[in-house]
Amino acid sequence: MSRRLTLIWALLVAATLLSFETMGLGDARIGGALILLLAFAKVLLVGREFMELRHAPLMLLWLFQGWVAVTGAALACLLIF
Amino acid sequence: MNEEAIHPPRRAARGHVPGEEGVWVFIGGDLVAFAIFFMTYAVARRQEPALFDRAQALLDRGLGLLNTLLLLTSSLLVAQALAAVRRDDRRARPLLLGAMALGTGFVIVKACEYSAKIAQGFTLNSNDFSIFYYMFTGIHLVHVLIGLGVLAFAVSRFDNRGALRGGIGVIEGGGAFWHLVDLLWIILFALLYLV
Repeated sequence: MSRRLTLIWALLVAATLLSFETMGLGDARIGGALILLLAFAKVLLVGREFMELRHAPLMLLWLFQGWVAVTGAALACLLIF
Repeated sequence: MNEEAIHPPRRAARGHVPGEEGVWVFIGGDLVAFAIFFMTYAVARRQEPALFDRAQALLDRGLGLLNTLLLLTSSLLVAQALAAVRRDDRRARPLLLGAMALGTGFVIVKACEYSAKIAQGFTLNSNDFSIFYYMFTGIHLVHVLIGLGVLAFAVSRFDNRGALRGGIGVIEGGGAFWHLVDLLWIILFALLYLV
């Protein structure tokens, strides 16, 4: 078993539980922003590590990372601000 | 941990595309389509924030969390299966079967969630939020079912001793699609259940 992959999974689970707890924060805007940030950080980890995009040609890697950045930023603008 | 055994060899100056390139064209198209779905939802939510808040509160967040953990763990097993194939470790097939079992668990939880919501009168036509909820989770569920089929095909590529017959591309491409299913659910869970 790859310890690196297991560690990534543990990070993903921790981020999931943290985002679940974040809902209890008093300020909905800060809570919402944190939840989105955690969600897109998780997406980045899944893409780079599980989908092995960190070993992919740079164009494929940056197309994916660009999608994460643009989609995450647009959703934050629309939902939080 | 032997890094070279787990990670793909560098075939070109930089980069290895996991699986067939056509798989990545499909994944790219899916990501663009879902980005449009997410934006459409966010715009609709801005127009009726109170209604979306009320309707969202009716969802069972515990089941959403459970399904997220099922898919994350399933993704881990698929990634470990690919690493096992590269090491010529015969545990790849049981790992893929485990991933399929967890994916099936996701489908069962989703079916229970749908039936509970419908019994409570929360149906497709209840309000604008429910339309998004059923449409997005329904389209995602179709992806899960296709992904389970892809994983079943990958499992069929192993012989009785657990050795892979043919190229590793099937496992790489099938795995990439399964991780896409996981990735899309991560955002759907945040958007529909949490934010």
